Amino acid sequence: MNTVEATHTTARVTDVEPNANPLATQLSPLPVPPMLGPKRPRLGMRRRNAIGTAIVYAVLIVAAALTLVPFAYLICSAFKLNADFFGSIFLPKGDGFLGIAWNKLTTSHFGRLFEQLAFGRNLVNSLFLASVTSVGATLCCAAGGYALAKQQFRGRGLVLAMVLGSLIVPGALLIAPSYDLLFHLRLLDSYTGLILPAIAPAFGVFLFRQAAMSGVPNALIEAARIDGCGEFRIFFGIVLPMLKPMVGAFLLITYLGAWNNFIGPQIVLQSESRFPLSVAVAQLKGTYGQDYGLLMAGTLVSILPVLALFLMLQRDFIAGLTSGAVKG
Amino acid sequence: MTSRLQCRWSPYVFVAPFVLVFCVFTLYPLLQSVRLSTMQTFGPRSETFVGARNFQYLLGDPLFWKAVRNTCVFAAGSLFVQLPCSLGLAMLLNRPNLRGRAIFRLIFFAPSLVGLVFVAIIAALVFEKHTGLLNVALHDAVGFDIDFPWLDRYVMPAIILAALWVYVGFNMVYFLAALQNVSRDLVEAAMIDGASKWEQFKNVTIPAIRPVASFIVLMSLIGSFQLFELPYVLLNNGGGPDNQGLTIVMYLYQTGFQTGDLGYASAIGWVLAIALAAMAFVHRRLSRNEEAEAA
Repeated sequence: MNTVEATHTTARVTDVEPNANPLATQLSPLPVPPMLGPKRPRLGMRRRNAIGTAIVYAVLIVAAALTLVPFAYLICSAFKLNADFFGSIFLPKGDGFLGIAWNKLTTSHFGRLFEQLAFGRNLVNSLFLASVTSVGATLCCAAGGYALAKQQFRGRGLVLAMVLGSLIVPGALLIAPSYDLLFHLRLLDSYTGLILPAIAPAFGVFLFRQAAMSGVPNALIEAARIDGCGEFRIFFGIVLPMLKPMVGAFLLITYLGAWNNFIGPQIVLQSESRFPLSVAVAQLKGTYGQDYGLLMAGTLVSILPVLALFLMLQRDFIAGLTSGAVKG
Repeated sequence: MTSRLQCRWSPYVFVAPFVLVFCVFTLYPLLQSVRLSTMQTFGPRSETFVGARNFQYLLGDPLFWKAVRNTCVFAAGSLFVQLPCSLGLAMLLNRPNLRGRAIFRLIFFAPSLVGLVFVAIIAALVFEKHTGLLNVALHDAVGFDIDFPWLDRYVMPAIILAALWVYVGFNMVYFLAALQNVSRDLVEAAMIDGASKWEQFKNVTIPAIRPVASFIVLMSLIGSFQLFELPYVLLNNGGGPDNQGLTIVMYLYQTGFQTGDLGYASAIGWVLAIALAAMAFVHRRLSRNEEAEAA
């Protein structure tokens, strides 16, 4: 398993005695001339290194600041009155602490969102959709991936072909016919119509197949079978716990995907009371386009939950994301 | 090696959800889209057969080609602006003994968690003429034109910048993982052989990360060509002034769901799918050639 956290420390060159050239003993029987061995850093090299490091930190800090500015802008804007909106980039200037007019900040936008515009309903909708989709998708994909990786059955190759084929099909191609299908199945304007198509994504099956192939030893499963364990008990009791990192990462990935999904709900749902945050906020822009504070407050409410979730579970997430791309 | 102890039917239960969803919501729509592309529909309720006329019309449709042009510009921006930035940041973060690597990684990765809808709303304010965050900040810092008309005449550049903010960190994480997997033995061997930093980079690092970089390039291309939500919400559910922000998938959406012609939309979908398949094929050829040369 690759740890993205791996920090490598280069061997301190000063630790090597200039006479005991390690190359002579390890790699070649012939004595290696000392000039080809690791160099002892001269004073100039150390200073050059320090300047290099300083530049690296400087660039990184500037880049990080640029990345954070939109977030800061969003947070400040959500608490500013519309009248003060363009008076300053971030917080309104005034006589208060640090030259900021703290008394001009307001939570009125949030009040309006939740009391007059029923934003709370949209929030609950998003929570529901994302939770159901992520748990369902994780279960279905883990099951499918495990079976493809560790079980023998007729048609295994065919199912694998289905998985790989799905990966090739671009989503945009399926938009129009899916709408047609959902219409005829009478699943439009329903959560079922949104959740069902997303309950077993091929890339999930693929990810879990890789994870199961490399993370679950055959011997363990065989031993469990010999002990009389049923296949389902093996799956839930042995395999799933062993796949915990991938389960965690995948839960997050699908939760995020469902939460941020706009085109799906936009096409399938029609009643306002069913809209998740993504569609609700887009509508805010259409109706209240000039009410900047309201817009920013709505956006803030929409992105805070997933940011918080990510903060709590970030390590698994990134490890899971990159496990498919990097050979390990 | 078939285990005689394995229950015969349990694998079918395990793969059933995927197979069912695949057949109903992937395979069937896929086949339907072929049929639909030969139709002209008025909403999902009525359709008439038009044969290949959809494709003929598509070839001469100026809006479609405008969309293609815009999408290609965006893809080029992604490839030649965004990916180098990602790689650059990853290389900076890969520096040994760097403090706070985890925090930097977190900060750069955070924008990719924000849904494109929400990015679009923030971008609408950031890129506004005269009062937007970008113009005001640049004006105060370097005297940039405060009335620079991002959303009137420089729509695609604005979208490229917004996408840059979102995805630089995302791709950086992949690059970083690849860089950290470069075999230390190889790098040390090169160092011992007296290779300069640049030679090390060229002859050890680049070949080592080539598979991952290749994967990222392809994924980035395929994703860029399906750009829709960001410009759609940013430009108030349309292509913007003079359709500068019209992308292929947005045009597909408009014809399918605003005009109601699901047939024409399916035709657009197929043209896109074939173009993407061609790209993937060329990509595969190129990587195979490179591998053969390296061998």
